[in-house]
Amino acid sequence: MSEVTKPRPQYRNLNLFHDIRTYRLPLAGWVSILHRASGALMFVLLPFLIWLFDKSISSEISFGEFSAAFTAGLWVFPGWFVKLVVLALIWAYLHHLLAGVRHLYLDVSHRTTKEFGRQSAVAVLVVSIALTLILGAKLFGLY
Amino acid sequence: MSATYGYKRTVVGAHYGWRDFLVQRISAALMAVFTLVVLLQLLLTKGPIGYDTWSGIFAAQWMKALTFAVIVALLWHAWVGMCSIWYDYGKPAGLRLLLQALTVIWLVACGGWAVQVLWRL
Repeated sequence: MSEVTKPRPQYRNLNLFHDIRTYRLPLAGWVSILHRASGALMFVLLPFLIWLFDKSISSEISFGEFSAAFTAGLWVFPGWFVKLVVLALIWAYLHHLLAGVRHLYLDVSHRTTKEFGRQSAVAVLVVSIALTLILGAKLFGLY
Repeated sequence: MSATYGYKRTVVGAHYGWRDFLVQRISAALMAVFTLVVLLQLLLTKGPIGYDTWSGIFAAQWMKALTFAVIVALLWHAWVGMCSIWYDYGKPAGLRLLLQALTVIWLVACGGWAVQVLWRL
């Protein structure tokens, strides 16, 4: 292990404007940071999610309000924006769930090789984005 | 200073995050099972899903009990997750304490609302 290798760039004090553009994050790293970002997004939008649950389940009339939010809009927000926020929640949920399943699988299988880390990260990203696109197309009435 | 991790871990003191680690995984597993349970009930429905079908899923007592457990799991899971975010970015410590306190208030308030919605059904 004593052979001379090319000096690697060291990131000790990250500069947002310079290093973020040049830092090459591996795909497992993308899954990781998106796991955190999606969790934070769902945390922030939790009241909206409970509002949707409340309206969809409480009565026929409130179910009508729930449906209307997607067409006529909600408060100052137009319907397309409500759909966009719900789509963001759908993505966040799918990504967080799949990245979590990946975590659990790595915990029990101990398959902590570099290759498997990358392969499983690709699987999480592909499946979550594909499902988001399919459900998003349905949400926006494309089929 | 000698290494105090791995098999040389000092086995005295606080719980080293072991409980958070377990809570995060068990609550996640419960929420994943809940997702499957709801999804299966929706997929087994024939025809368009209206108010009756949707509210009927949550009207069953066992489903209410399960959903309540999921709400608690979600709050605890979100608490552990948000804590790890605040540990990383919430500096100085005074700000982190404030953010953590607000996190608890936010989660407990949301939890109360969710339980109210569930038991009104």
